[in-house]
Amino acid sequence: MPPDTSPADTTVDTPVDTPADTRSLTGFGRTAPTVARVARVESAERVLEALRAPGPRGVTARGLGRSYGDPAQNAGGLVLDMTGLDRIHRIAVGEGPGVGTVTLDAGVSLDTLMRAALPFGLWVPVLPGTRQVTIGGAIAADVHGKNHHSAGSFGNHVLSMDLACADGVVRTLTPDGPDAELFWATVGGMGLTGIMLRATVALKACESAYFVVDTDRTDNLDELIGLLSDSSDDRYDYSAAWFDTTTTGPALGRAVLTRGSLARADELPAKLRRAPLRFDAPQLLGFPDVFPSGLANRHTLRAFSELWWRKAPRRRRGAVQNITAFYQTLDVFADWNRVYGRRGFLQYQFIVPFGAEDTVRRIVEVIAQSDHASGLNVLKRFGPGNEAPLSFPQEGWTITVDFPIAPGLNELCTRLDELVLDAGGRHYLAKESRTSAEAIRRGYPRLDEWRKTRNAADPDGVFTSDLARRLELVGK
Amino acid sequence: MIDAVGNPQSVLVLGGTSEIGLAVVERFAGDRPMRVVLAARPSRRLDEAKARLERGGCTVQILDFDARAPRSHADVVAKAFAEGDIDVTLVAFGVLGDAERAWTDVELAIELAEVNYVAAVSCGVALASHLKRQGHGALVALSSVAGERVRRSNFVYGSTKAGLDGFYTGLTEALRPSGVLVTVVRPGFVRTRMTDGMKPAPLSVTADQVAEVVVEAVRKRRELVWAPAPLRAVMSLLRHVPRSVFRRLPL
Repeated sequence: MPPDTSPADTTVDTPVDTPADTRSLTGFGRTAPTVARVARVESAERVLEALRAPGPRGVTARGLGRSYGDPAQNAGGLVLDMTGLDRIHRIAVGEGPGVGTVTLDAGVSLDTLMRAALPFGLWVPVLPGTRQVTIGGAIAADVHGKNHHSAGSFGNHVLSMDLACADGVVRTLTPDGPDAELFWATVGGMGLTGIMLRATVALKACESAYFVVDTDRTDNLDELIGLLSDSSDDRYDYSAAWFDTTTTGPALGRAVLTRGSLARADELPAKLRRAPLRFDAPQLLGFPDVFPSGLANRHTLRAFSELWWRKAPRRRRGAVQNITAFYQTLDVFADWNRVYGRRGFLQYQFIVPFGAEDTVRRIVEVIAQSDHASGLNVLKRFGPGNEAPLSFPQEGWTITVDFPIAPGLNELCTRLDELVLDAGGRHYLAKESRTSAEAIRRGYPRLDEWRKTRNAADPDGVFTSDLARRLELVGK
Repeated sequence: MIDAVGNPQSVLVLGGTSEIGLAVVERFAGDRPMRVVLAARPSRRLDEAKARLERGGCTVQILDFDARAPRSHADVVAKAFAEGDIDVTLVAFGVLGDAERAWTDVELAIELAEVNYVAAVSCGVALASHLKRQGHGALVALSSVAGERVRRSNFVYGSTKAGLDGFYTGLTEALRPSGVLVTVVRPGFVRTRMTDGMKPAPLSVTADQVAEVVVEAVRKRRELVWAPAPLRAVMSLLRHVPRSVFRRLPL
């Protein structure tokens, strides 16, 4: 066969009517770059237009790119930049199961939503560690926050959503309506069921934008797990612990546990009571892209961990803190991921069920004894999961650690995978960037059920992503 | 897809019985089994390689590939990509031949030129078209320090590798905007079947050592590497040695 008739040369893969830039994309971890055509869409019509000629490599949606791995990348295909779909249509006070609802476009960030809802005394029911994620991304990854044990994950609060499906039809999905299956396949479905256009989300009442926070510093992991297991956790709406992965022996996994609830107006000091709903979250500085890979290493992270643990009070009760201090510290910094240098980093988040405390301990030990160090480590107790087949949270312990990319990291993570999976745990797809398809299959026993729903909605495989290809999520 | 720590899921070796090519596959597969496509002429060695990789958990596809039939290469490459994306592709075939015969025997000279250069180009064109369309992946071409400064002792081989090297360093630039990594590997003396019976030059390496360099290069997205690494400095010097001196060097 002469080379000029090979299929690769004759395929036209650029839809003529969707203007797009060819760009290299990565996730927040800045690893595994791939090139796709990126089209900014500003209306539902533009999304449907793109879906009419998706091209042979399919389509995926991208919001603010805060997933650590590759769900918002689509090598050789089309990526729809959803941040142009950014309108809040309606905030209704005194409606819905909480005390308010909001109807908004999928590209609106949680930051924008929070700023818009607070003046009405309404609070976003689930906030992950950063507000720089879109509504579409929050639903697609079924994100959780420090209040998972009291409020569940983001999908639990979605009342309806409009999904542009592969057949070019926009369907309004509700959690218990006729399309409930597709609704729950979309929650946690990593954007592989369709392009989300709009959603209605329940909001909850709040009297202030501040938290009343209790802090406990523990000498090791066992003490921390004890504190989290004595039912005291249920007295707080929000709870999570930072722990140390650089100490071993009796100080293994020493931690700082901070727990709190939204402050009532009468709990605020007089000065703050004048404007209790003031949103106090400045962005102080951004990092330039000049940090060498290797700056965040065992020694610097050990020093950081030592300092972080020492500066925390041993026991403090009733401190009033704003959201930056208590919750989303890193939102103060733009582009903090640059500190890890050009080689990037990966975040490893998993859950193991209650009863697997030995595995939690073993994993922290394995990390502490390895050549790899992690500075930003979180342990949290999850409440019950929801009915979405690919939703990550379920009852148990979730741990998040992040490692700069370095030789030998693959081996360490593969070892952690075995410990996690043997204990009946699983990985979080919004963070995942390196495990095997087999590991996901083992961790998510309802994967085939999800695939069936997905494939029925998208028989030709229009919706795909680097993540989907890497972990073999789509297809039979 | 190549993941965050550089594990590929699939690899195509053009020259599927190449010792360096197979050593690269085994290094990648050692961390995680993957889909392997070996393109080569049928042989017992090929069957053995297939069986060995399958024992390690890989799925192996064999494609009949004749380096001396350049017009068939697009077809072979298309077949490899028909089963799905390929993350790492290796241009690993080549012939050395007797250096003195190679410039006196026209048949051998043509064979070297066809296999080492023409076929490398026809394969490169076919691979580029698929990788570009895919928007990701790596192409590794095995060049040689012999092509970096061609010397009297094996100048036909050296000239073919110089051609290959030029083509692929150019392709590196041409494919960069498409998200495709093209890595040119310049090994020194590699102790393999091809060099059996020859006296190893200083800084000689094994196929496995070259494979280590290749795997590192793909993981770190490096575009030009030497095996072993110190050859880079050595060649940098040798490139600038005047001809009158160069011809007296025992190379």
